[in-house]
Amino acid sequence: MNTTPTQKTPDVQIKRRHFLAGVGGLTFAIGLSEGLITGAFAQSNDSKASLSAWVTIGYDDTISIMTPTGEMGQGTLTALPLILAEELDADWSRVKPEYAPPNPQIFGNPHPILNGGQATLASIAIPGYFTKMRIAGAQARRILMDAVAQKWNVPLSELSTEPSTVVHASSGRKIRYGEIVRFATMPAEAPKISPEDLKPANRFRLIGNKSIGRLDVPSKVNGTAQYGIDVQVPGMVFASVLESPMEGAKPDFVYSADALDIPGVLQVLPLPFGVAVIGTTVEATRAGRNALKIQTTWNTSGAVASIFDSELAKPAYERHAKDPQAKPLDHFKRGDASTSLQSANKIIESSYWTEHCYHAQMEPMNCTAHVAADEKSAELWVGTQTPFLATVVAAGILKTTPDKIRINQQLMGGGFGRRIAADIIAQTVVIANAIKKPVKLILSREDDMAAARPRPMTFHRMQAALDPQGQLVGWHHRIVAENVDALAAPPRFNARGGRDYIGWNGMEIPYYNVPNVMAEGVREIRGMRVQPLRGIGSGHNKFAVECFVDEVAIARNMDPLAMRLDLTQQEPRAQAVLQAVAEMADWKKLRQGRALGLALGEYHGTFSAGIVEVSLNKSSGKIKVHHIWLSVDPGLVIQHDNVLAQLEGAAVYGLSLALIEELNIQKGAVVQSNFNDYPVLRMSDMPEIHTRIVSSSAPPTGMGEIGVLPIAPAISNAIFKLTGQRLNHLPMSPKRVKKVIT
Amino acid sequence: MSSVSFTINGKAAKVEVEPKTPLLWVIREHLNLTGTKFGCGIAACGACTVHVNGQAVRSCAVAATGIAGKTVTTIEGLSSDGNHPLQRAWVAEQVPQCGYCQSGQIMQAATLLAKNKKPTHQQIVQHMDGNICRCGTYSRIVKAIQRASKEV
Repeated sequence: MNTTPTQKTPDVQIKRRHFLAGVGGLTFAIGLSEGLITGAFAQSNDSKASLSAWVTIGYDDTISIMTPTGEMGQGTLTALPLILAEELDADWSRVKPEYAPPNPQIFGNPHPILNGGQATLASIAIPGYFTKMRIAGAQARRILMDAVAQKWNVPLSELSTEPSTVVHASSGRKIRYGEIVRFATMPAEAPKISPEDLKPANRFRLIGNKSIGRLDVPSKVNGTAQYGIDVQVPGMVFASVLESPMEGAKPDFVYSADALDIPGVLQVLPLPFGVAVIGTTVEATRAGRNALKIQTTWNTSGAVASIFDSELAKPAYERHAKDPQAKPLDHFKRGDASTSLQSANKIIESSYWTEHCYHAQMEPMNCTAHVAADEKSAELWVGTQTPFLATVVAAGILKTTPDKIRINQQLMGGGFGRRIAADIIAQTVVIANAIKKPVKLILSREDDMAAARPRPMTFHRMQAALDPQGQLVGWHHRIVAENVDALAAPPRFNARGGRDYIGWNGMEIPYYNVPNVMAEGVREIRGMRVQPLRGIGSGHNKFAVECFVDEVAIARNMDPLAMRLDLTQQEPRAQAVLQAVAEMADWKKLRQGRALGLALGEYHGTFSAGIVEVSLNKSSGKIKVHHIWLSVDPGLVIQHDNVLAQLEGAAVYGLSLALIEELNIQKGAVVQSNFNDYPVLRMSDMPEIHTRIVSSSAPPTGMGEIGVLPIAPAISNAIFKLTGQRLNHLPMSPKRVKKVIT
Repeated sequence: MSSVSFTINGKAAKVEVEPKTPLLWVIREHLNLTGTKFGCGIAACGACTVHVNGQAVRSCAVAATGIAGKTVTTIEGLSSDGNHPLQRAWVAEQVPQCGYCQSGQIMQAATLLAKNKKPTHQQIVQHMDGNICRCGTYSRIVKAIQRASKEV
């Protein structure tokens, strides 16, 4: 990967080229919808049909494969082309991935979360695109084979393929794909490929091949990998923004003289979202921003958050958890939880808190934009999880149409959900439109944190009903929090009647055989700019669910593993990961001065179970996690090592969230400012992590979120086993631990 | 404006900058060596780590004027062809995920192996603790350093 600003992502509007003499390749554009061919088919790229995947083969045998998602470390820049290449029977050493342009009609993800939208989020690239890209690969292969059958006048059934080569076994003839594209003609319509035409798993050469690494790794060890922040455009100036401390706060008094005195500062622009400093160097804009910071005041009269304090608000959240007037909306229900609680022999109750937390992606938010002189088109260079949204937002600002916005996707130095919101893209377009020069906006870490789009603060009230035999027959989970979907996906939020798809994710427990379940949410409106964060709602909800499962097990005098195995008898995949992790950690073995805790995670069809081994320094309150064991069932494994890498990485992210991270909010503003007061997990806090993939024949599922889920509840469960005290508030920082355990 | 002359990746460089300009921005935007990354600006994350006269420093917290006459090495200059034992080990262990912090990690690790060819696990952790990896690749960083230490 070595993209440069001048090397554009391929354009939907590439001119029709017929047989490409002199061009050096042939482009397949393959129409797909719902995974099957329905759309028109065109050799060139200017078709208006529902095109969805492209393969370009050069005369030199290079194969370019479009990747519809961005790359933020999750590995889909390798895994998605690999899936297509498998069915194409491509020589992997000649495959080059390219970013597909934002065009959901063609490159949309059919997964229900996106329903045809094009974005990189929620661990749905592999499950969503798996069939779609296999069929695209098989269609391209069939076109090549048909061309050879015609040329050699042999039946298609006598042809087969080897990597990037069509073979006629009976005559011993072979021809490379790069040669075929020189004479191939395009069929009038796309070859029909049905799922039965696809390779059976036992013939995979690329999928699951442990010798294939990630394509982007070599560029990430020698400095050549290009991220959004690295973009250089001729004639470019720089910008910094002193970010408004909360949504709706506008700069009130801006004393710009000191900033303007700084050599290289060209302009100070008060804008609705903050104060922009434009200059000829980064250092000038940063110094200008610092000069402004001292004296700028904010008008918060239009900011809902201005009266929000994350500590002072807590009693109201707790009240709303019990308030019958609070009008909860249901998220997941089974049977009649309310009756089961009323008629229970015994009711167990508990509650849990989680704090706001910050993505802390290592690359601060940035964007480079150039708005044309007529203000009707723009070019952007940015690493974004939502390129199509970016075109819509930019077009909205410029009062033009999204097709006039060209996006040059860049590598992302971490996303974790932060690069879903288009806020910084919008800011850059506003600034670029004001100055009519290419401009690179780089936020300082302090502004990145001030403009955090955090995981919401959440409160959970849990109730369980036991029948006279002690069986768990009823489950009630109410979350009280700001709703992420209300900000991140308003159309979906409204269509679902105000249910928070993101924030409530993970409250559902279909895999636990509890006959009566009600999981519901109560909305707080506090003006915080809450957004999805790695783990989605499951990051906080599984903390409540899995701690509470242990609390019920303890009340029933049952072993937590035995109870989970009992509750998941209908779900063999859950049983398999539980049994695997218990074996890995030697669950029954007692540890001197240490204890084990267990939790089960499920996220959109991926199962994982985790066990942690902890000790506690009672005088400092510091929890030490010595070991993490994780088993996972991600269905079919596309890239074995990357599945493990994602699991390890998410576990570390989850560990940092569990033990360290919290954003405090006072008068609507984030209190913390940088890694000095918002520490994240470092190497010295690392446990040994042991991972195992439990194979299953299920279709592939996502790996980005799942490793986060079991960590926090497993730690709380382990500390209970060690001390008999329940830590029910994330993060389990020393300060909070000492309040509970003395 | 100050004129600062120094050596970077074996070549002579001369830049005209404001005296307080951090070395980081000189490297990234004036000299267009963008492998060195900006993460925090307060020497708290290690993403901007480069070598000055062979020592690992946080280039965001060093004024460019302070390096006049000195020798700077960035990730682009660590090896002529990306074949430093650490770089090979980083590929072999498939360390990078988003990759953003890894230039800094590798440059930090290189100064450890330069003075201690066979570091213990504890010495590795102590040396690397100032470098944040938000993707959580710490275990693989340790493995890669151990792998490289067998070669140097």
